[in-house]
Parts: sequence; C-alpha cells; structure tokens
Amino acid sequence: MKFLQSVFWLGLKEIASLRQDKVMLFLMTFAFTVFIYVPAKETGLEMRNAAVAVVDEDNSPLSRQIISSLLPPYFQNPHFITFNDIDKTMNQGIYTFVLLIPSKFSQKLAHGLEESVQVYIDATAMSQAVIGLDYIQNIITNEVTQFFNQEDSENPLINLNIRIRFNENLYSSWFMAVNQYINVIGMLAIVLTGAALIREREHGTIEHLLVMPLTPAEIMLAKIWSNGLVIVLASLLSLKLVIGEALAIPVRGEIGLFIIGTCSYLFAVTSLGIFLGTVANSMPQLGLLFLPIVVVMNVLSGGITPLDNMPPAIQYLMKIFPSTHFVEFSSAVLFRQADVAIVWQPLLTIIAIGIVFFSVSLQRLRKTVGKNLS
Amino acid sequence: MNRPSEVVIVDQVTHYYKQQIALSNITLSITKGTIAGLIGPDGVGKSTLLGLIAGVKKIQHGEVHLFSQNIQLSAVRNQLCHRIAYMPQGLGKNLYATLSVYENLRFFSQLFGQNQQQCKQHIEELLLATGLAPFAKRPAGKLSGGMKQKLGLCCALIHDPDLLILDEPTTGVDPLSRMQFWELITRIKSRTPDMTILVATAYMEEAERYDWLAALYGGRLLATGSPKALCEQTQTTSLDEAFKALQPECTPQANLIIPPYQQNSKPVAIEATQLTKRFGDFTAVDQVNFQIYQGEIFGFLGSNGCGKTTTMKMLTGLLPPTEGKATLFGEPMNSRSLSHRKNIGFMSQSFSLYQELTVKQNLLLHARLFQLPSTEANHRINELLSRMSLTNVADEQTADLPLGIKQRLSLAVAIIHRPKILILDEPTSGVDPIARDQFWQLLAELSRNENVTIFISTHFMNEAERCDRISLMHAGKVLAAGTAEVLISEKQATNLEAAFIRYLQESKQTEELQKNQDSTVQPPQKAIASPKNLIKTHSLSWQRLWAYAQREAMEIQRDPIRFLFALLGPIFLLIVMGYGISMDVKHMKYAVLDRDQTQYSRHYLEAFEGSKYFQQQLVISNDQRAELVLVRGEVELVIEVPPQFGRQMLKGESPEVGIWIDGAMPFRAETIRGYVQGVHQNHLQQLAKTNAHTTPQQLKIEPRFRYNQSIESIYAIVPGVMATLLTFIPAMLMAVAVVREKELGSITNYYATPTTRLEFLWGKQLPYIALSIINFMSLFLVTWLFFGVPIKGSFWLLFVGSCLYVIATTALGLLISTFTTTQVAALFGTLIITIIPSINFSGLISPVASLSGGASIMSTYFPAAYYLDITVGIFTKATSWADLKLNFAAVIGFFITFTLLSVLFLPKQER
Repeated sequence: MKFLQSVFWLGLKEIASLRQDKVMLFLMTFAFTVFIYVPAKETGLEMRNAAVAVVDEDNSPLSRQIISSLLPPYFQNPHFITFNDIDKTMNQGIYTFVLLIPSKFSQKLAHGLEESVQVYIDATAMSQAVIGLDYIQNIITNEVTQFFNQEDSENPLINLNIRIRFNENLYSSWFMAVNQYINVIGMLAIVLTGAALIREREHGTIEHLLVMPLTPAEIMLAKIWSNGLVIVLASLLSLKLVIGEALAIPVRGEIGLFIIGTCSYLFAVTSLGIFLGTVANSMPQLGLLFLPIVVVMNVLSGGITPLDNMPPAIQYLMKIFPSTHFVEFSSAVLFRQADVAIVWQPLLTIIAIGIVFFSVSLQRLRKTVGKNLS
Repeated sequence: MNRPSEVVIVDQVTHYYKQQIALSNITLSITKGTIAGLIGPDGVGKSTLLGLIAGVKKIQHGEVHLFSQNIQLSAVRNQLCHRIAYMPQGLGKNLYATLSVYENLRFFSQLFGQNQQQCKQHIEELLLATGLAPFAKRPAGKLSGGMKQKLGLCCALIHDPDLLILDEPTTGVDPLSRMQFWELITRIKSRTPDMTILVATAYMEEAERYDWLAALYGGRLLATGSPKALCEQTQTTSLDEAFKALQPECTPQANLIIPPYQQNSKPVAIEATQLTKRFGDFTAVDQVNFQIYQGEIFGFLGSNGCGKTTTMKMLTGLLPPTEGKATLFGEPMNSRSLSHRKNIGFMSQSFSLYQELTVKQNLLLHARLFQLPSTEANHRINELLSRMSLTNVADEQTADLPLGIKQRLSLAVAIIHRPKILILDEPTSGVDPIARDQFWQLLAELSRNENVTIFISTHFMNEAERCDRISLMHAGKVLAAGTAEVLISEKQATNLEAAFIRYLQESKQTEELQKNQDSTVQPPQKAIASPKNLIKTHSLSWQRLWAYAQREAMEIQRDPIRFLFALLGPIFLLIVMGYGISMDVKHMKYAVLDRDQTQYSRHYLEAFEGSKYFQQQLVISNDQRAELVLVRGEVELVIEVPPQFGRQMLKGESPEVGIWIDGAMPFRAETIRGYVQGVHQNHLQQLAKTNAHTTPQQLKIEPRFRYNQSIESIYAIVPGVMATLLTFIPAMLMAVAVVREKELGSITNYYATPTTRLEFLWGKQLPYIALSIINFMSLFLVTWLFFGVPIKGSFWLLFVGSCLYVIATTALGLLISTFTTTQVAALFGTLIITIIPSINFSGLISPVASLSGGASIMSTYFPAAYYLDITVGIFTKATSWADLKLNFAAVIGFFITFTLLSVLFLPKQER
C-alpha cells in the first residue's frame, strides 16, 4: 500500500515536471506528427514518379504508343533524348530508366523478325530498379501484343491470379506510418525517462529522494508509469489523428491487444531509458549514447529489412532489443489481424526483456547516484 | 564626459532580464589607480554591472564610458579589449578544465597576439609570481579552488591590462588561499600603481581593504564611498552591519542571539570513526572522527572540494564509506534501513526542490512520501508555511522564487517529518545577510526548543562562529575541532579566520606549498614591452584562429566519451545501417497448397523451387492453414494449385493458379509479385517450347542494369549511408562544441578578448573538419574493405568532394549552435534538422529524380542530396568531374551560406 502510494505521488510529480519541459514537449509533438506524417506521405518505397527517358529511333505509331503508355503515378512524363545523351544523363542521376527503341523496330516485328527493346536501368536506385523494369516489361509486351492485335490468339496455358493480402493496394504509406510510429515510441520512451533521471541527478533531487524512506524501485516505477502513460496517450492520439485522419490509413486489428502490447513495450524501453540514465553522467553523454542505440533499434529491428536478410550474428544480437519483438508483434496485430493466440510469444519476450533491464537498472541506480556527484 | 582621472563612468544604466529588472538607473564613476569594490549579496546585480562594464553584455539603457570612450561602439570595444581584463564569477569558469595551467595561459597569450617569446617569458613570470610554477603541467580542472583563482588571475594579467575586472574572485576559496590571493593583488598593484581594479564580492571582511565601495541591493545603488565613510554614514562598526543598515526595506534587527547549548549528558546522536572515502586513488575524506550530541549545532568549515559534502553523504547513507564507520544514535548507519531515513532531514547545496512545483505542492509531495496521514500533513504544512513565512508565496512556482525563500522552503521540506537529525550542506551560500540571520533563527529554534541535532557545513566564518562546535576541514582531513573560542585561543588568534589560517599553515601539505612559494615568489619585473602595438582589431588574425583550433583539438582528445563517439560512432553506424537498409529480396519463404498432386502441378511448382529468389518452407493442405501461416508471418506467399490443374491444362481450359502475397511490407510484396510473374512466364515459355504449340515470341526486352549489375543493395546503400553519416555526425559534434562553451561559461573569453567572429567560428571548426576527414577515411575503408564495394571513379575526386562536404556540414552545426543554448537542445535540434532530409530526401531511399512537392524542395535546399550524388556516383558510376561540377558548386555554396548566417547570428556580446 505504502509502496503504491509513493509510486503514485512520485509519478504525478514526474508529469508535472514534464509539463514544464518545453524542449521535451516540443520534441514529443514533433515526433508524433512530423516524424510520422512526412516519411509516410513523402517517401514511399513503392514505384512512383520514376524518371524515364526514351531514345526513339523508330518513331513509328507503335513506338509512340509504347511511350504514351508510360503513365503517372508510376512514371513521370518521359523525356526524349538522343543516344549520345544516355551516359551523361544517367551518370548525373537524372533518369532512372532509359528505353532504347531501335529503328525499324515496328517494321521488323511486323515481319515476324526478332527485335529487342533495350532498357537501361540505374541499378543504384534500389527501390525502383527491379519493380520498374517489371512494369516496363509488362507495358511493352501488352502494347506490342495489342498493336498486332494478337488478343484473339489462344488463351494462355495457365492463368495466374495474384492476390495481395492485408494491404490490397500496397500503399506504402501504411507501412511507413506504422514503422515510424514504432520508432517514435521507442525513441521518446528512452529520451524521456533517461532525461528525467539525468535531470534529477544533475539537480541533486535524486539524492534527496534516496535520503527519504523510498526505495530505488519506487523511484523507477514512478518514472516508468508516468512517462509510459504520457507516451501511450500521445501515441493513441497520434494513431487516431495523424495515422487515422491525416494520413487516412484504416487502422484494423484488435486495438485493445495493440495497446496491451504497446504498454508492455513501453515498460521495456522506459527501463532501457533508465538504464542509459544510470550509465551516462550528463545530458550530452546521454545524447551521444542514445543516438547509436536508437539508430540500431530503428534500422535493424526488422521494420525496414526482414531479420532473415541480415547476417546471423546481427540476428542474434537484435533478439536482445525489445523493438525487434515489438515490430513482429505490431505488424502481426495491425496488418494481419492476428490475435493473442498468435502473438503471445513476442509479447512475453518483450515483458521478459523489460524485467531484465529493470533489475539491472535497479542495481545500478543506487551505486551510480552517489558516485558521480562530488 | 572627458574626465581622464575617471577610468570607468557608468551613466544611468538600467538592465532587464525579460521582465525582471536587474539594474535600475545606476550612475557611478571610478578613479584611476584605485581598488574599487561592488558589494552586496548574490543576485543584486553585481555580475550584470561588471559584465556591462567589461563589454561582455550588451547595454540596454544608459551609457558606459571607459578611458573616456563610449563602449557602445563596437570599434571602441575592439580597441579597448587590449586594455581590459575580465575574470567572470565561478571557480575557474573561464578556464579550460582539461588543459594544463601552461596551456591555458598560452591560449590567452595567443588571443592577445603575443609572439612566442613574449608569451613564454610572460607566462613564466606570472607562474613564478603566483607560485603556480610547480603545477604548470597540471590540468586546470584538478587544481584546488584557490589555485584555480590564481590561474584565472594570471590569465587576466597576461596582456598587462589597465583595468582589471574581477567578479567574486575568492568565493568558495579557503581562507589561506584567499589571503594569499589578496597579497598577490597588493603586490601587483604596488608595481603598477596606474592599474585600476574593480572587484565584486560578497565577503564584507575583504571589502574593508578596498579604496572605494559601491553597495548594491535589488539592482539599486544603496551608497558609495570608502569603507570608513560607509561605516560613519550608518554609524556602525563593521561593513556587515553597515550593509544591513543601508538596506531600505528591512529595519535592522536585534542581533541574533542563540542561547548556549546545555550538554547535560545528552546521548551521542552522530558518531564518525575513522571515516574514509576514496574515489579511485583520490582520497576525498581521510580518517575523519567526530561525535555530535543530541540537540547540538555542529559546524563543518572548509573550502570548496575539501570533503565536506562527501562526509555528509556518507552520514545520510548516500555513499558507503570505504573505511571506518558512522553511527546514528548508537546504531551503525545502514543505507538500506528506511526507518533510519525517517530520522534524517537532508538539505543539499543545490536546494533539492522541484522547481516546477509550487511551494505548497513541494511540501505536499514530501509529506506524502513520508507517509504523513493527510490531516496531520495539512496541519503540518500550514504550520511550516507560517513559521517559515511562506504563506504568501504558497501557490507560487518554486523556480521563480528568490534564493532566500527557496532556502527556507528547502528547510521546511527537510523537517516536514520531524527528523531528529538535520544535515545541511552549505545551506546559506548565495543568500543575503538578512535572510541568513532569519535562517539561523529557525535553526536555533529547532535545536534549542525541539532538541534537533544539526550538522551544518559552511564557508562563512561568521556562521561558523554561531555553531556550538566547529570542525575545520581541509583536503579531506579534520584539522581541528572544538568551540570557536577554544580554536581561537589555541592559536592565539584574533578571530576564527586567522585561527583557521594558522591551522592550515601548520598542516603538512600546505607547509610544503608555502615553502615552494617562499622560495620562488619574486616580484614580476615590468620589463616586458606591452604588446599593444598589435592592435589590428578587424582583420582576421591567423594566430588567434589557430589558438582556438589548437585548444579545441586538445579538448576533444581529452574527453574520452566525445572522442570515442566521434571516431567510432560513424563506423558503427555505417555497419549497422549498411546491413539494415537492404532492399534485396531473396530467399522468400513460401508455402505450397497443391490440390492437384499430379506430375503437372509438381512440374509447375518445381519452377519456383528452382528459383534462387524463392525458398519453399511448408507444404500445407487446406485454406485455413494457408491463412494462418500468412497471419503468423511464417511465409510471405502461398501458392495454390487448383484441383484438376493437370487435366484442365491439357484440355486447354486455362486453370488458374492462386498466389497470396503478404502485403504488410509493400515494397517486398511488389517485388515478390514481379518475381512470381517472371517465374510464371518462364514456365509458360518452357512449356511452349517443349510443346511447340505456338511460334516463339519475337519481341525481346533486354534489361541493362547499369552501375550495379548484380543489383545488390550494399553497392548503392553503403555509399549512400556514408553520405548520410557525414551529414549529421559532423554537424552534431560541431553544434555541441560551441554550446558547451555557452553552458560552461568559457564563451566569455570570446566576448572579452579581441577575437573576431570568423576567428572564433573557423578556429573551432578546424579540428572538427580534421576529425570528419578522418571519419571519411575510416568510412571509406569500411565501405571498400569490409563491405567490399569497389570504387569505380577517382578516389581523389571523392576525397576532395568529401572534404568540401564536411566543411559545409560542420558549418551547419555552427549555425545551429548559434541559436541553441543547451547541449541537449543542440543535440536534438541537429538530429531533427538533419536526419529526415538526409535519410528521406537525399536519394538514399527513393531517387531524387522521383521526389515531388515538399520533398523535392527539401532535397534542393539541403546539402545531402548533392553529396549523395558524389559518393554514390564515384563509387558506382565512375562519375567524372565534368558531371559533378554543379554538385561541387552547390556544396561550396552551402558552406558560404551557413557561415554567413552564423556570422550574422553570433553576437559578440551577451544579450
């Protein structure tokens, strides 16, 4: 009882402190809005707006028909260039794709001779190279087939019916938004709790607390529940307003389950934040420590690239981070409408990792507090 | 205003901090060759006034004339810099802690344009004169308080100023060092009688020896005149009394009298036996013994850093002792015992209050944490509010309160649970004499009426005299303990200060120090030609620029955390991100649902098995399973072959193969779809060939993947990530470097010396450019050797481009740091400003050519995209100089713009 009371009152104090911290509040608002909206809206990995140029040496109705079917949103309006321009413009990265339609292309095909279209692809544009080529191949094949009116030729031997599940139209904004959302939650949880602890250490108030009849566990839990609650509320608001309204992404899946998962994740990352707060001695040190950890969490947790694509050593390493399991959990719940029966494993792992960080920080807290202030 | 004998003329100066008035209509003048003092407690405007006179702060209202010239003109300030020296408040605040004594002095000498010989000669003289010569190689941060102040003085004297401005030079310094400091000033003064010295101090005893005084209170000038005149004016005997009498709003109180302590065989409340604390090889507290009886006020007297705070922390259980033990009421101190803590009230140096809560909320929080029942808590809070005269500020926010009130609140908070022992660590520093008396009144009541044992530390002698017993502490050791009278009579001294000085002189360590000094102290000869011929204020001085660069480089080297981060951070991040951002789609796991189970269906599925892109994971037998494995994320696609597949195919009925793809990662799903179609088409062609049903297709599409034939992510991504890292890491390190000086206070050296903006900016930038070039080299090697990305273009072109680029990004960091005031704001500000444009809009993820709208604008007006073209281009495309000319021009353009903006926004004076 006494334990819970102290944790409660100390937590309220945390919230009051946070309310005064303009820098953190700004960072939080910025992160939950701009950091989610801009990447989701502006940088799709999907094929969009590809810059394409054409060297049309044929200049026949067929070649013009091919060119006119390179349409937005997949392609920008094609530019016409000459053969000699190809190297220069591609070197400068002006075009990602250049089509070379040879002279007498249409004529040769009409006579049943073999003729080829060359497609130059800037393969350093990794997000478009393969998919774009795929689109271009389909477009050319279709146009040529149509042009020579080959539709009435026999049916294909086998039909292919491809159905995309969970995100039928492959909107990459869905993926980017959820991914950024997870990143922001982790980033803020670490910054807020780490900074809250360092601030108390810098102001000497933590010693004051330790001289009172309070245990380090109470002090830590107070920080965890208060900062965690603030982030949960802010994240739900962002889920509703930024993701739901502004980006108009339908949020499916069991929201209740997702909130439980988010809370468990917050327990784990706030504990990690406190752990960093006991390792660093000042705010700037916390900042420098925080950067590589957050980058690792954002980039290697499986949100951008599946873990299977990484070297085994990194896969094992990443199992230590709660974010890896949370990415697994949330993509299952939010995209694939998974239920508890499916996601209990990552959920328990997150909590277990949280408990480990919590206990380690507890050990460190009392030790570090006295040491660094002379 | 041409009165040559008056060196400083301050005319109707008023200064505000936001709404708060700091100085109100101050007018005064100081005569040449005098020692003038500004007296008054902390926060009355002394430092503001000195800052304005030194030209470090911008004047808001009124005028200041130095040497008959108006310093509002920046040209005049630049000229006068060479004649003024300014030493800001705070122990060693304008010194560089990691630099040695000699290096600090050399830096200042270089700022004033002295040549090597002058510099060396001058430094040696000053070191001899101050007795710092034996410590020339010691880092400034490891000097004692007194030595730091001597070094500060040396730095101020390095250019033979005509006006020396010292802001509280002796606060927090032990009495012996204080005495030596003033002896030194007197010696210097005797040889340069024309030098004017302006000092601010809170020690009234020191002020007695100045020629002229100005008493400040609440931003107003109370009185001016010689110490004698002030005493006569107020009909008092000491300056302390005189100052109290001068304060308008407070009628002089009856002198504080504390009833004598009755020992009456009371029990021992606190006992320390051989208490020792070591941090590494540094002994902070060395075998300290004492006994404090219940209800006694026990004083701990000593300078900053002598071990007072550490001893107190051991008594509160915050620090475990290395050796020895402490007992409270006969029980050994146990840091884990919560009941012990209920007996202790602790008030630390920094007033451990929550600044963002109101006075009442602070009290309430502590009452709740000490588990007071709510009715009792309310009663107690009201009682304390009235007793500490806090009732009328009960609902105000703590951060806005004056120090004196904070101090009383802090005491209220410490005693809310009626502790038996009260431990107070320098509770009165920075508080004015009247507030101090009120505070002591409260302490006396607690001790005499409520039998609370009080253990208090202080560096004020007159406060120490009020304690029942005192313990003198120096360098971790207790030199003596007893009542003030006993200590004084034992040394046959006139007062406690003199007694303390004798004790200090006797202690072995200081004896040696003294010997050193006696043998070396000789009056510095005023032989050196003053280097004032070097007054070229506006042109860029390479010497000063170099001085800044050199100093910054030394500081980075000596800060292990920053240094390691700067060197290893980029490599670590490159490896992480190089692996992490991969767009390769390989080994896609799939499940097979074969409802036909004929040779035809197996033949079809073999096409997928044979592809290097696909990897069969599961064979399943029904729809539910298919759904489940997708939801679980076990596979990324399911291939369903319908029943009757073989028969329908033979009949030409075009059976339909179903493919379900997990769309959670759209990019992968899109690629998978492409590969599936490819495999399918291939299979059809194979069938066509073997069956020879149809004519072979004439149309061929020949893809030519350029620059990255194997289409592997790392070839494009790793050079791209390199560009991203060289954007934000140099910017971040740079931004922190300038803001650090703002936070630590050493930025004053830039304000107070003839340094120009460009000298400061470029000087600080230089080491970071060098560091970033090292970063570039290590990133290049990791890319080349570790990731195996070959460089196709010219290395030297890449090298030159990268050098130019880090010059631009460090300039961006400088620009950010001109706006921010704290290191945290600089770190996060830089991250926010640089990270989105350098990852999302630089072409790292989607090609710049495909960006539109806001994204396209961001990529145009941020340097990252231009440099990404350089790295990716030279690594993968062998891009030549001709194709990159525009990019180089853009990078240089960004550098110029950032630098101009920084120069524009970096003030030469504090606002």
